[in-house]
Amino acid sequence: MAFLSNFINGLSLGSIYAIIALGYTMVYGIAKMLNFAHGDVIMVGAYVSFVSIYSLGTPPILALLISMCVCTVLGVVIERLAYRPLRSAASLAVLITAIGVSYLLQNVALLIWTSNTKVFPSIVSFGSLHIGSLTITGETIVSIITCVVIMIGLTLFTTKAKTGKAMRAVSENRQAAELMGISVNKTISVTFAIGSALAAVAGVLYCSMYPVLVPTTGSIPGIKAFTAAVLGGIGSIPGTLVGGLLLGIIEIFSRAYISQDLSDAIVFAVLIIILLVKPNGLLGKKVTEKV
Amino acid sequence: MSQNNATKMVPLPTDVIIPERDLGKQPVLDIRNLGIDFGGLTAVDGFTLTVGKTEIAGLIGPNGAGKTTIFNLLTNVYQPTRGSILLQGIDTKGMTTAQVNRMGIARTFQNIRLFGGMSVIDNVKVGLHNSIKCSALSSILHTPHYYKTEKAARARCLELLDFMGMADMAQYQAGSLPYGAQRRLEIVRALATKPAIILLDEPAAGMNPSETAELMDHIRRIRDEFEIAVMLIEHDMNLVMGVCEGIAVLNYGKIIAKGTPEQICNNPAVIEAYLGKKGAADHASEG
Amino acid sequence: MRLWKSKTSRQNIITLAAVIIVFSAVFFMNQGGMLSSSLSGQLVPICVYIIMALSLNLTVGILGELSLGHAGFMSIGAFSGVLAVTSLGQAIGNPLLLMIAAILIGGVLAAIFGFLIGIPVLRLRGDYLAIVTLAFGEIIKNVLNCLYVTIDPDGLHAAMFSGAKLPGKFIINGPQGATVPEKLSNFGIGFVLVIIVMLIIMNFVHSKEGRAIKAIRDNPIAAESVGLNITSYKMKAFVISAAMAGMAGVLFAMNYSAIEAKKFNFNTSISVLVMVVLGGMGSLRGSIVAAIVLTILPELLRGFDDYRMLIYAIVLILVMILNSNQRFLQFKITLKKKITAMFRKKEAAKK
Repeated sequence: MAFLSNFINGLSLGSIYAIIALGYTMVYGIAKMLNFAHGDVIMVGAYVSFVSIYSLGTPPILALLISMCVCTVLGVVIERLAYRPLRSAASLAVLITAIGVSYLLQNVALLIWTSNTKVFPSIVSFGSLHIGSLTITGETIVSIITCVVIMIGLTLFTTKAKTGKAMRAVSENRQAAELMGISVNKTISVTFAIGSALAAVAGVLYCSMYPVLVPTTGSIPGIKAFTAAVLGGIGSIPGTLVGGLLLGIIEIFSRAYISQDLSDAIVFAVLIIILLVKPNGLLGKKVTEKV
Repeated sequence: MSQNNATKMVPLPTDVIIPERDLGKQPVLDIRNLGIDFGGLTAVDGFTLTVGKTEIAGLIGPNGAGKTTIFNLLTNVYQPTRGSILLQGIDTKGMTTAQVNRMGIARTFQNIRLFGGMSVIDNVKVGLHNSIKCSALSSILHTPHYYKTEKAARARCLELLDFMGMADMAQYQAGSLPYGAQRRLEIVRALATKPAIILLDEPAAGMNPSETAELMDHIRRIRDEFEIAVMLIEHDMNLVMGVCEGIAVLNYGKIIAKGTPEQICNNPAVIEAYLGKKGAADHASEG
Repeated sequence: MRLWKSKTSRQNIITLAAVIIVFSAVFFMNQGGMLSSSLSGQLVPICVYIIMALSLNLTVGILGELSLGHAGFMSIGAFSGVLAVTSLGQAIGNPLLLMIAAILIGGVLAAIFGFLIGIPVLRLRGDYLAIVTLAFGEIIKNVLNCLYVTIDPDGLHAAMFSGAKLPGKFIINGPQGATVPEKLSNFGIGFVLVIIVMLIIMNFVHSKEGRAIKAIRDNPIAAESVGLNITSYKMKAFVISAAMAGMAGVLFAMNYSAIEAKKFNFNTSISVLVMVVLGGMGSLRGSIVAAIVLTILPELLRGFDDYRMLIYAIVLILVMILNSNQRFLQFKITLKKKITAMFRKKEAAKK
């Protein structure tokens, strides 16, 4: 029973990783950059929801919507101010800038909300489900369902909607897409908007499950979600789901059966091993540089 | 002479064109039945060619025929799916690009690849890298031996730059050179690695006629003074017909003709590949 | 066309001379008690961060690969240095010799880890390489946090997760970190170490090895085509960089009475990166100046600590954006020209 319960916990943590990983994978696929600050957008999303529940007294679902809006704007603004001027710069410069943005968000949050731990209220109002001796919390059910809905929605969006198709075109070949009349800047903005809105959802879900909110809350789940994106294969939506779930399960099991202290190290070791053995991930495409 | 060699196996192909002076000597390159597939698409197939010790060979063909792919196969940037490459009698299978270079193949690139942030002379010094005998420890300690080897390297670099008329540019930043000079610098850098054969990928691209004429002269002098073979890909037919002794024509990844410049000029298969069937018929009726 | 600076070696000598003069002056002022105690306390950390910045510059500026786990190598140096001093303390009585031995051991151990980590890491490119170095840095921190080492007359004893069963006195006690037996670091040792590290890096960059590494940074495909074994040169730079971070770690550890693994976290790696970026990637002189300024600044500005990382973040973003802005670069070049012209005029006027 403990095994099954761990497995379900792994699935629900993995669902959240998958939602975060979508932001990484879309930005990486389309803007060809590792948005290091993505994890911190999660933290901002969680804080905004926290403030609106406690200070404004909004119902949780409205709080979630507010934080999605704030994060969407934040994501687009970050892209516009920090990343767009570097569109043609070396990837090293872009990555360093992204690290800068990550630190900026963390430290602004530190100034606004201080380093005192906030106890995040769960946004899930219904209780746990009991099947025999197995307990499934409401948060678990909500995160798994949310993840599945988002995955289906995003897959439909990228295959059916005009903007979604434009996103795929830009990710395949930016110049060619531009020649076809697709605005690359607009498409990248949309990508950041979607990714950041999803980050807000993930932030609220993550903090409902682990109710500790500090300015650095987002960074570790952020890096882990990036690991999930790499594991599944950067640029692939089903890959993200597979990668996220696998990583969530690996993390919960290593916490339960190996060591609480080393669970992060184990997740990072997974990242290293995948990049060495299968650098394009489980469902990713191979990319080679033309000589 | 023109025929499809796809199925022809060796010892030596019968239609080898090697300049007379190289007969009886070991060919620098002996390529047998080379082929590569990219995920089901056959990019090059049955490529068989022999390049003499001091031959200037040309590789021509329409865009997308697989010419640069051949260069990438020869330098092991891609590993061939089929066939073998004998470089001075040694099979290069499984070697890295760097090893192949140390064995004797140097190249230039279609889209120039210089070390743009470094000075012209440092670009050439990087080419000389493997012939500078100075240990890492000696480098870190800057021993007298280090100064000796650096001085010798510098002299050799200036000599090589002077050969291509670039000695006065030695201190400029490579990335800031005009286009033609960048192409020449790539050749100097390749020569610095002491190759047995140098592969030039569209060396005249973007050059004006006088620069091209100068380049033709340089190519002949490379062969004469370094006594090495040259193999070039080029779309400028004046250059190809002017300097090459043997020419292979590639279309859709296969050799459609081999021969001397005269033979290639009059080969109907070549004319068809370049002009299409109708164009070839018009060409025939005109001339 | 811009004339390339062929005067790098002369510049290096000037930098070296400047460092020696300034450091000697500070050394004698310190000896004479002319420095405030807070500044005097910053002297060893300044040396530590100069070495860290110089060594990271080798990876980021010269090799062109972003390493985000540099603090990991520093911690390996620090912890192995403490182990070395504790276990060799009996055998080597002279504190200077003991410190030299510790620095060497810390450097060698960090180099070994650099090599082992380099094998997988250097096969990767760009963003992937950066994120994996970050992962290694975190792994090192996590593992050191679970490591317990004790000493008794039989020698060293080590265990993971719990030190309860180990005999003897703790040297490394899990999350509580390591106890440093005696404060061996001083400005003199730091000074000499900085000079040695500067000489090694300058000479290395200025030799055929350095040329090869810069060539690989500029164009790896072309570098391979002229016969350079890319992995081997990347490895050389990476290992040297790790070894120096290890030595800096020993110097750092021996300046305190205890060290904790969590001190060598991602923030530390980023602080060093900020020094490299602010000083100018590839510029050794810049790294030195930035390391000095950014180590002293928090001491000078009280209350600055709250804003330190915020300012670092803004600096990182601005430097990157400005340096890829053509108009700004053009402006910088014209400004430089104007300044040199001004100086020339003054000199001419004097004559």
